Amino acid sequence: MLALIPLLLGITGLVFLLMSLAPGDFLTPVRVQRDVSPELIQSIEQQFGLNRPWYVQYVKWLGNVMTGNLGHSWAYKMPVVDLIGQRMLATFLLSVSALVIAWGIAIPLGVLAAMYKDSIFDRISSFLAYAALSLPEFFLALLFMFFAAQSGWFPMGGATSIDYEFMGAGGKILDRAHHLVLPALALGIGSVASIMRIMRANFLDAIRADYVKTARAKGLRERRVMFMHALRNAINPLVSAFGFAFSGLLSGALIVEIVLQYPGLGQLMYQSILREDQFVVLASVMLGCTMLVAGNLLADLLLAWSDPRIRTIRKTR
Amino acid sequence: MTGLGDIFKASFRRPLGALSGGLLLALYMIAIFADLIAPAATNEQDLDRTYHPPTKIIWGEGGLRVQAYDLTDPSTAGYEAVPGKSYALKVLGRGFEYRLLGIFKTNRHLLVCDDPEGAFYLLGSDSTGRDVFSRLVFGSRVSLFIGLLGITITMVLGFLVGGLSGYFGGRTDFVAMRIVEFMMAVPGLYLLLALRAALAPHFASDQMFFVIVIILAFIGWAGTARILRGMALSIRQQAFVMAAESMGQGPLTILRKHVLPNLLSYLLVAATLSIPGYVLGEAALSFLGLGIQEPSASWGLMLSEAQNVKVFYLNFWWLLTPGLAIFLTVIAYNVFGDVLRDVVDPRSQKR
Repeated sequence: MLALIPLLLGITGLVFLLMSLAPGDFLTPVRVQRDVSPELIQSIEQQFGLNRPWYVQYVKWLGNVMTGNLGHSWAYKMPVVDLIGQRMLATFLLSVSALVIAWGIAIPLGVLAAMYKDSIFDRISSFLAYAALSLPEFFLALLFMFFAAQSGWFPMGGATSIDYEFMGAGGKILDRAHHLVLPALALGIGSVASIMRIMRANFLDAIRADYVKTARAKGLRERRVMFMHALRNAINPLVSAFGFAFSGLLSGALIVEIVLQYPGLGQLMYQSILREDQFVVLASVMLGCTMLVAGNLLADLLLAWSDPRIRTIRKTR
Repeated sequence: MTGLGDIFKASFRRPLGALSGGLLLALYMIAIFADLIAPAATNEQDLDRTYHPPTKIIWGEGGLRVQAYDLTDPSTAGYEAVPGKSYALKVLGRGFEYRLLGIFKTNRHLLVCDDPEGAFYLLGSDSTGRDVFSRLVFGSRVSLFIGLLGITITMVLGFLVGGLSGYFGGRTDFVAMRIVEFMMAVPGLYLLLALRAALAPHFASDQMFFVIVIILAFIGWAGTARILRGMALSIRQQAFVMAAESMGQGPLTILRKHVLPNLLSYLLVAATLSIPGYVLGEAALSFLGLGIQEPSASWGLMLSEAQNVKVFYLNFWWLLTPGLAIFLTVIAYNVFGDVLRDVVDPRSQKR
């Protein structure tokens, strides 16, 4: 986890440098407004060192972050912390439901494909997995938009309906779920394919292992052999994959959010970059990197938890 | 290990390899001969025929003919076929002037309707009445060659950094690998957006192609370098490298003459399997409006135009065909890469 500190310093420095290379800054749209006094602009410039080189601005920003002040969003006129907090819930909901969909479909499919290897089912699911891997996420999202417009079954964009505030608790949950279906599917389907392929390969390896032969030889029932002996071992590599999936939880949904107009972090990040809303970009990048490192850590912990061999190696050292 | 030519031959001998490889060859031929195949130029507008549906092709009067349509409802772009009215299509007829392969000046096109009244839209027209099929054909140039160019830069960079750090080890290795880890730790799409925001204003919009290649290669090299470093490390232990060293060859010569040939087959497979990433990266950037700019054509850019409520509700499905083109390209590369891998390393063969 300590490696996070140099990583965050490096990446925020890089973002600062990159954003200073782009012409203009977050005050550019403000400067052309006539009703903003030049004195105010000057005082903001002073405060954030906008007329100084980027590294001076960077040090100033770092100092603010140390005291827990992530800065202010210029486009949304609110503190960055609040803004990101608002969007985080939406993205978190979306990513978690996509994860549930992806894993819920992929693991049973992968196991079945391995158990009935070379059957029609195996061939069809392999082909579909291949196709899904090659389908760009944004195209899938676009197709879903098309579908939503043509069928009218799903809302086009947004995370809630206009009358969300007036709904009861149950209605609110249903409304959110209704808005989640298409984005979560668009985000989930892409990963179904890869998880399914890994699961199938792992399971095939596990079935052929000696311990499965032993289990069969000592007369265990087939179902017990498959699910207690083979599946338990086959799932280990996927456990760490789950940690990596976690790391993309807040940054992986960018394109789907933009196309399906889902107001999450990815969409916020995209708009902030276009508007040079510097502090929002920096905060989202930091959040993304932190999640990445946390996800890697989680992957290691989960693997140690699920695979006793890894624990023993560490103990003997 | 066998040479690259043998690997390709063996791949094309397999049914899946022949199918995907053939598809790729066909796609690249289309890209190279785009001017010949496309009936219209990329920016040829016809504001009287916006959102025109694909035109029917019929056989009559001793040749191919294109059905004539009338605009019946301008508000919803409703077109209806005019019974009995059609225009002649000419094989190798005259159209806009261009240089075939950049050399021969000509104005012949594979199939055109040169009647000034007629309209020939194989895949319909877009919001400014441009021929979607022609733009699709021209867009293939960007989408297909960005992958080739990007992967070349990535592989060269990755090989240099990975090979050198694996060869020298020690401090060089430590520094290089920390940089690589840093690059890999940054969420790719975020970096993509930030880089694009920083670089774009310094280039003209028609140089966007190169900006995108640079950005994609810059993001991609780290993973390659990491893997190549491991391979270079293990090759370095081999006796033939030691022999070369004792003969006094310099590190770059050893890298080129002894390490590179041993990595070649791996590089080939890795390159084929990573090209889809570049195709998708370009498409995503252009789709977000951050890549190739109008009036140039690219598949991602064309799809971004389909992102329109009017398109959704009025079912202008032909505007989604670029997505199909991307899908075909990506799946062809994936399948071909898998076949190549099987040929190069039979142990990895799928069960």
